[in-house]
Amino acid sequence: MAVEMLSYIDRKTPIHQLTGVTKLICFIVWSSAAMLTYDTRILAFLFIFSIVIFIVSKIKVSEVSFVLIFILVFLFINNMAIYLFSPQEGVKIYGSSHVLIEIAGRYNVTIEQIFYQCNVTLKYFAVIPIALLFIVTTHPSEFAASLNKIGVSYRISYAVALALRYIPDVQRDFRTIALSQQARGIDMSKKEKLPIRIKNAASIIFPLILSSLDKIETISNAMELRGFGKSNKRTWYSARPFQRGDYVTLFVFGVIFVTAMVVTFHDGNRFYNPFES
Amino acid sequence: MKGNQLSIKTIVAIGIGAAVFIILAKFAAVPSPVPNTSIQTSYAFLALMAVVFGPIAGGLIGLIGHALNDAISYGSVWWSWVAVSMIVGLLIGLAAKKLDIESGIFNTKKIITFNIVQVIAQGFGWFLVAPALDILIYAEPANKVFLQGLFAGVSNMVTVGVIGTLLLAGYAKTRSRSNSLTREL
Repeated sequence: MAVEMLSYIDRKTPIHQLTGVTKLICFIVWSSAAMLTYDTRILAFLFIFSIVIFIVSKIKVSEVSFVLIFILVFLFINNMAIYLFSPQEGVKIYGSSHVLIEIAGRYNVTIEQIFYQCNVTLKYFAVIPIALLFIVTTHPSEFAASLNKIGVSYRISYAVALALRYIPDVQRDFRTIALSQQARGIDMSKKEKLPIRIKNAASIIFPLILSSLDKIETISNAMELRGFGKSNKRTWYSARPFQRGDYVTLFVFGVIFVTAMVVTFHDGNRFYNPFES
Repeated sequence: MKGNQLSIKTIVAIGIGAAVFIILAKFAAVPSPVPNTSIQTSYAFLALMAVVFGPIAGGLIGLIGHALNDAISYGSVWWSWVAVSMIVGLLIGLAAKKLDIESGIFNTKKIITFNIVQVIAQGFGWFLVAPALDILIYAEPANKVFLQGLFAGVSNMVTVGVIGTLLLAGYAKTRSRSNSLTREL
């Protein structure tokens, strides 16, 4: 049951020293840029730039490799599926067809299709390093504080903080319940027939839900007693003031975002077309 | 407490609910006969929380739970599918008042209502919203994303229909009914 999760990795680097707010804004700006554009030049630039940031952060690839492997497998399957379902998607988008290899029917390999699928893959690659960095270099409690600072209501930010805080607790509860139910002969694996498997799953989830509802009761009473939600604002223990590095980073990311948007949309089409002359 | 603000109980329910949602999504997936797919019990839990705590809690548990789970286990967030979790939680939550689970009664009529609502909510989410956002954001081929949405939607409908109903029935039993006391003579 040892499923690995990404968590905060403490290092002393310029990336770690940026405040959570800066990193959150940069992450949002970066993902929206990669989401909106389909321009190969922009995507390639975003990808290379994010690799550079990744190196600066001194996070080792081995520390996040389990996620990377998963993403690569996912991208591979995704690409296969795109080709299977729509081998002419690239031709449709770029409006020309350079056939490389003929296979049966519409399943020929065109340069346009290869180019389109490379773009899809690049789109994921441009976001992955930044997303990974954002997760492993931001302390969870600072993350909640940052959410509040960029305008999310502090009640919802606090709910996020609670979720992050209670993941390990709930995981421990779940494990205890699952083990004790298994000791009573309740099996959730493939050895049992499907209907019984589902019923058994419910018998493990149910105690977990009841204990979580108890937890909700206890925590909300404790918060009520401490006067949570009385004022309109709330201060955060882990919030840090902005430094010069934060302003510089935000400025650089802002420039990148605006440039990316201008280059992408100046000709009225979000795809970069190398095939038209 | 001002009327339009979230109550403390709802806030805590969102936080803990999101944590449980993540753990169920990661660990309590039941292997299904179809290879490489599993039955996601987390959506049954989401339905229960939405019915107990209402639409806002349901929507936010879906949003926070799914987004955090994507982030900590895959390193990137598939916003198109996260949006669906939010919508499903929100729509099922809208039926909370009608189902009134706190009364302790969860009879056949309510089971049918619950299942109609969850099928509509999930059908809207998985068959329309998820593919539409996939096409809009990632420009993926239409027939591929619609098939994906169809598969995810149907399997989630069955899960919520079976496990969600079981959970709600179990939860209703733990509530004491308003007319459960009898007078001893």
